[in-house]
Amino acid sequence: MKFKHLAVSLLIGALFAGTSHAQVKIGVVSSSTGPIAMVGIPQKNTVPLMPTKAGGQSIRYIPLDDGSDPTASVVAIKKLISEENVDAIIGPSGSPNAMGAIQFIAEAGVPLLAPVGTASVVLPMNEQKKWVFKTTQNDGLIASALLEHMAKTGVKTVGFIGTADPYGENWGKVFAEGAAKKGIRIVADERFQRQDTSVTAQALKVIAARPDAVLIAAPGSPAVLPQLALVDRGYKGKFYQTHGAALPDFLKLGGKKVEGTILAASLMLVLDQVPDSHPSKKIAKGYMAAYEKTYGVTPATFGGNMYDAGLLLEKAIPLALAKGKPGTPEFRSALRDALEQTRELAATQGVYNMTPADHSGFDDRGRELITVSNGTWTLLK
Amino acid sequence: MDVQIALMLAQDGLTNGAIYALLALALVLVFAVTRVIFIPQGEFVAYGALTLAMLQGGSMPATAWLLAGMGALVALIDGATALRNGQTQKLAGVLGWNVGYPLGLVALLTLLPVKDLPLVAQVVLALAVVVPMGPLLYRLVFQPIASAPVLILLIVSVAVHVAMVGMGLLFFGAEGQRTPAFSDANFEVGPLMVSGQTVWVLMASLVLILALYQFFERTLYGKALRATAINRNGARLMGISPALAGKLTFFVAALIGALSGVLIAPITTIYYDTGFLIGLKGFVAAIIGGLASYPLAAVGAVLVGLLESFSSFWASAFKDVIVFTLIIPVLMWRSLTTRHVEEEE
Repeated sequence: MKFKHLAVSLLIGALFAGTSHAQVKIGVVSSSTGPIAMVGIPQKNTVPLMPTKAGGQSIRYIPLDDGSDPTASVVAIKKLISEENVDAIIGPSGSPNAMGAIQFIAEAGVPLLAPVGTASVVLPMNEQKKWVFKTTQNDGLIASALLEHMAKTGVKTVGFIGTADPYGENWGKVFAEGAAKKGIRIVADERFQRQDTSVTAQALKVIAARPDAVLIAAPGSPAVLPQLALVDRGYKGKFYQTHGAALPDFLKLGGKKVEGTILAASLMLVLDQVPDSHPSKKIAKGYMAAYEKTYGVTPATFGGNMYDAGLLLEKAIPLALAKGKPGTPEFRSALRDALEQTRELAATQGVYNMTPADHSGFDDRGRELITVSNGTWTLLK
Repeated sequence: MDVQIALMLAQDGLTNGAIYALLALALVLVFAVTRVIFIPQGEFVAYGALTLAMLQGGSMPATAWLLAGMGALVALIDGATALRNGQTQKLAGVLGWNVGYPLGLVALLTLLPVKDLPLVAQVVLALAVVVPMGPLLYRLVFQPIASAPVLILLIVSVAVHVAMVGMGLLFFGAEGQRTPAFSDANFEVGPLMVSGQTVWVLMASLVLILALYQFFERTLYGKALRATAINRNGARLMGISPALAGKLTFFVAALIGALSGVLIAPITTIYYDTGFLIGLKGFVAAIIGGLASYPLAAVGAVLVGLLESFSSFWASAFKDVIVFTLIIPVLMWRSLTTRHVEEEE
């Protein structure tokens, strides 16, 4: 009986191996379960919407779930490399997950397109990180937009509340560097956990320091909790949020209390208010319409990060095909080179211009200053 | 740090401590009666809160279907046993409770304009959906292995926790939910602003603890549970069914869990996996009580709440580290002061 099973699976395996030469295989690792599922679910949902053909070759996506566990991400990535012989990998969803994977994809020479928040996956650039491309805005790019706005509106002191994870930590670091240059003082620096039932203590400490404004850095809807705690304790200053808060649930959970919050994020939130001349508008609109048609909800920007990885590959694959056949090390290496040469590629999050030093490739077109007004996202002019 | 901040922190710590106290009591109870370290206790918190949120959102809570599914399974098992033993008169009861009740509840939720009902009615409905899962869970998972060693019960308990978190993600989605406060009133006590919800949490915890005390002291069922906790075999010889004691215990545990969830949902954002961390802090409190003493567990819970609140003020990045490190000196103190009795094989 066992032999029969084995024979059948071998046969099936052989069949697949036979056809796999004709197509480009892309592994996708996302966290559609576990603590960061809110990031991973829109990403997983985006996979069926991504380009299925490039340069005359069909693209096959192999999606895996890592349950938000960095160890599971590495296992999934090793499996994709050794068993499926993929040409590139998109994912994983979480920053710590991606950090752990870099060493292995660099060893195997497989390009990794990481839709993660932290800039540490591509900065500082080195021999290993040159295999990684990041499809989200670097924290520094968003932070500089917020800092400019703070400086312009006369904010002198800022309280910072971030999550006790790589996202919050990196923001704390990047923001402190930028603030020092602008002469803005950080008077309180607090941390909280996503599942905390109360951030009252942190809020009290921030209020006691009397900052002109408060910046909250948290991925997803946890960004709401500190802001509500501060408002409830009578804090009257200005609120800044990061692109991590850029999702519909922020408005739903925050209600009237998040009115007037300022954040910088991709144009997806305020698509209708962006001028038609913006190169990303049409692409983002098409993606959002397709997502809504399939799933009945608007996608969080996390899904857009995944989609952009597909667009980058769609553009790079034809160039790489000229240098090698899919499934070979030559092809993967050529694919990496082609990704690095991406110029003026308009995608859902902004316009990509990759260079050997910058593997995120966004400029000012990848961020918009947005505020909450009358319960909706509004472009800040 | 001045007096006002200290008072506010103390208030915050007490509010959380009250919830931890409830969960700690449930954990002690479940362990005393069934020897199960009930890791999924926290899941009932999340299920209770999120079921209420779904009812308020006007949709049929998916937990109702889970209840129906669990009920159907139990009906199948118990029904088959009853038929095999020729106890056909039992069949009606088995079917009524395990199939009739969930389906009736689903019908009720469909027919009633749940979204527009007063909050009290919504809370009662949410509890009606979540709480019966407790005894059903005991019947399906723990009753067949009731006499297994503590370690096996613990492993199964972890498995149930993982399954319930997974189903929670499926039912409620990855995003968090909040429910409206029971009262928007604010009281000024000296320099302190006390929100109505805080008062609700504290009062409800107090009332529940008193009610539990009365239940164990005054009622026959409560005494039966206490007897089972003290001596399982002795209680059995006195005609107390261990299966009934287990189901009753899990009913109380689920009730406490779901009610805690409903109470804190307006204060914080509840995610499908929030319960675990809350339950774990209740567990630290229960450990302080040695998994045996109710008053010590309650005191421990308040201690955990206060420690959590003050450590988030001074060193927010290390808050959880500080709270969970508390367990080490407590365990050392307990193992040094109490005589160790080898209970397991």
